[in-house]
Amino acid sequence: MNNSAIRNWLGYSTLALMLAALFMVFDYVPPEAEQGIAQLIFYFHVPLAWVAFASFGIVAIAGVFYLWLGDQLWDDLGYAAAETGMVFCTLMIVAGSIWAKPIWGTWWTWDSRLTTTFILWLMYGGYLMLRASAEDTPQVARFGAVLGIVAALDVPIVIASVRLWRTIHPAVLVTKNGGHGLEDPRMVATLLVCLAAFTALWAWLLMLRFSQLRTRTRMSALSMKIAFANAAASDSK
Amino acid sequence: MEHLGYLFAAYSIIFAVIFLYVMFIWRRQTALDAELRTLEARMAALNERSAASPSEPRTDI
Repeated sequence: MNNSAIRNWLGYSTLALMLAALFMVFDYVPPEAEQGIAQLIFYFHVPLAWVAFASFGIVAIAGVFYLWLGDQLWDDLGYAAAETGMVFCTLMIVAGSIWAKPIWGTWWTWDSRLTTTFILWLMYGGYLMLRASAEDTPQVARFGAVLGIVAALDVPIVIASVRLWRTIHPAVLVTKNGGHGLEDPRMVATLLVCLAAFTALWAWLLMLRFSQLRTRTRMSALSMKIAFANAAASDSK
Repeated sequence: MEHLGYLFAAYSIIFAVIFLYVMFIWRRQTALDAELRTLEARMAALNERSAASPSEPRTDI
């Protein structure tokens, strides 16, 4: 199966899983007793967090390999993962904020999990600004790799923040007493389908962006060769 | 159905942003295709020139 076939397969899988996820969220799963219908935001908020963190993990791994091997492929992968991660991280923060308004009575509070997540968002925002504002040189790619690795160190801090510090953010997946806070098996099933849907969507978008960046890299190399050949042809006249 | 507006807003924003990101990727792809066509035209012109005068280098890329 070639890359294009995998991308198409992922695209159709994403569509099917997303439709199943929407059906389960709006028709199958019961809303939580205390929070009511606003709790349904949770089924997209958690998968958004998962794919954002997975993206930033890939940025860090790609950064390590780029610094080690110096292969442009790793830089392209890191850049693509940072971009998709930023989209999902932004959506995770926005969805969480919309949930917080009816439940906490405020759009935002400087809670430990929210603050560490905001720091993560700022660091990858900085990464993307660096990449967008500077030329694609090996030096910029090295700076990007280091920044991507340093920023990813915040991911475990975000995850552990609900246990490390006092926080009002709910610890649903792994509660402070152990176990998870999803009392109904339909809630677990819905969350798993939503996680699968967002993982497929993330993999599809990441593949699309990565293959675009690979094509751009190859075209830049080709453009240089043509310019060189043109210069050689002019010199030989 | 208290808080239905918040639920609708959250899901609408998520799908709208994902749609915009897909559009962004699509536009980048269109720009890349245009750039590729320019490169192909430049390569073809270079190869024509080198065919006309064999002393010039060929770009068999």
